[in-house]
Amino acid sequence: MTQKPTGQKTAQLSVRRGAGDEPARYDAFCVPFEDGATVLDALLWIRAHRDPSLAMRYSCISANVCKECTLAVDGTVVYACTTRLVSDRTMVLDPLPGKIRLRDLVCETRPSRERLR
Amino acid sequence: MHLVTDVLIIGAGGAGMYAAIAAARAGAAQVLLIDKSLVGRGGATIMAQMTVAAALAEESDDDWRWHLDDTLVAGRGLCDPALAAVLCEEAPLRIREMGEWQVGWARRDSGRVAQVTAPGHSRPRCCYVDFLNTGPAVAATLRRQVSRIDAIRRVSNLTVTDLVINNGAVVGAVALDNASGEPVTIAATATIIATGGLTRIYRRNSASANMGGDGYALALQAGAPLVDMEFVQFFPIGHLAPRLVGMDPIMWDPFRYKLGGRLLNGAGEEFLARYGSEETDAYTTPRDIASYAITKEVAAGRGSPHGGVYLSFEHLPAAALEAAFGPVIERLARNGIDLARAPVEVSPIAHYHMGGIVVDQRMASGVPGLYAAGEAVGGANGANRLSGNAIPEALVFGERAGRFAAGAAPAAGWRDSSAVEAVERIRELGEGRSGTVAAAALLDELRAVMADDVGPLRTAAGLERALDRLGDLRAALGDVAIAPGRACNPALADWFELRASLVAAEAVTRAALARRESRGAHQREDFPDSIPELAKSQRVVMNNCGRIAASPGQ
Repeated sequence: MTQKPTGQKTAQLSVRRGAGDEPARYDAFCVPFEDGATVLDALLWIRAHRDPSLAMRYSCISANVCKECTLAVDGTVVYACTTRLVSDRTMVLDPLPGKIRLRDLVCETRPSRERLR
Repeated sequence: MHLVTDVLIIGAGGAGMYAAIAAARAGAAQVLLIDKSLVGRGGATIMAQMTVAAALAEESDDDWRWHLDDTLVAGRGLCDPALAAVLCEEAPLRIREMGEWQVGWARRDSGRVAQVTAPGHSRPRCCYVDFLNTGPAVAATLRRQVSRIDAIRRVSNLTVTDLVINNGAVVGAVALDNASGEPVTIAATATIIATGGLTRIYRRNSASANMGGDGYALALQAGAPLVDMEFVQFFPIGHLAPRLVGMDPIMWDPFRYKLGGRLLNGAGEEFLARYGSEETDAYTTPRDIASYAITKEVAAGRGSPHGGVYLSFEHLPAAALEAAFGPVIERLARNGIDLARAPVEVSPIAHYHMGGIVVDQRMASGVPGLYAAGEAVGGANGANRLSGNAIPEALVFGERAGRFAAGAAPAAGWRDSSAVEAVERIRELGEGRSGTVAAAALLDELRAVMADDVGPLRTAAGLERALDRLGDLRAALGDVAIAPGRACNPALADWFELRASLVAAEAVTRAALARRESRGAHQREDFPDSIPELAKSQRVVMNNCGRIAASPGQ
């Protein structure tokens, strides 16, 4: 990205983008890093300061009760709200494997009876 | 897409799910339960840590009238006594019913339901499932019940943007289907707002993402008045530092029930006594007083490094901590917290909204066809909610709203022309548009405005400044950029959230400016005393030009 976030330490993210089954594309983001910060913090920062169109699921915001913010970080399925950022390498973020992808990091995780049809 | 239902329920937390169950039980053939988040996984219910107040009389002699007495005292003279009475009288019915549905209330060895004494209660009255797990258990139990009822249709990720009015009555809603980005119209005989509160409009909050105050904006725009909007409950000891993840920031509450703990200012001094609390080892200070005391200590330069105060358990033996909280101690250790060796920092965090939609005992608003339930309702808790009253409020008011809405006679029929403007707005914004600012950034700014000037300590100058800044944000709605692509477009959803949250924020701020005294959760630095003649509720209304005004109550 063109503009560095303010503050000294940063973390680097590579985030899978695109709707439906479009070919894989990754956007690189540089985000502020503070001790204890999470992947969810970084995604919310990107939404507010770099790209408001980044689609992701989250609800309870770090209480880890809603279980909505599941995604894959470096190929491992985790919760964004409990996964700490690291500053020494680029973290690669993908939507959940094996699910229908709707957009960016959002998959169809709704129970089938809760969808409009 | 056009849907038709008997009862439309907007919001699927505890109140919405109970309303759906009750509406079906009362004979509604079609119940539509929708949420902008996921059904039964967003909202406040699932976030509840522990206490649920009900006069079950399992641990000691109790009576719902005593629960009512405590509720009215906590409400600082402003509770609607009829609504508070409904809440206290029917809480045991709902809590017992949840028990029959296997929610798993904690029991003593004797088999009795365990009840603890929470701050403000005159006796042990608060039951729980597990000390950090009550909300998730309540939500899971209601999800299970809802899923067993064929009459209830559930839809997740459907955001109501506007209510549809015909001849002065609410006849349904227009919604944004987040997955497709397309508008959906919903014709309903009765509509229940169960969207929860507005604490998400504060920088530090314990809210789910879907609690930006949508329901208040919908009600005002339909012509329904709000009441007690100036009273936002700040949970006094929200976690502040060190950074804690995977646990709700209000999780220190159960620790204090079990072990007491000491609140200390930055100099390590106990300070609650300076603010009229007699708290010693037990956890007894009401939330409004504790939040005020902490905020004042910080303002006086006696705060902790991150701008709060210390909560210390260092005086307790490590074995006592381990015995009380075994596995949780490990979760804390993973966050670098060792309670035996160092205190944590805490500070007030927006937690619950006392204000809300004016309803009668059937949960009907003054607008035909429109009902409300749960935290979205105003009045039962006055100027300060008693600990443990939020979950019973969700269940009791939800049950009533569902039952009475199911029996409602049609007020007016659906009319496409009344929905056109809202439908077209969704279509037009979904085309995408260029702009200079992101709604997500403006939402952050809104949270800063509310935290800075409409928080636990208020002044006329600060509230006027907040109104100016809210006006600027409202003007900026027209400058928001929306990237093209309708499906799952967060910029589109954010625009609607910002629009609704600005209405809710203005309602709080105007009511706070109009109340020229201090009472409960509303503390004015420029009017520090409670004035007996002002012990009455204010209402907030919106006129047909969208102007929001507060007026003294009756």
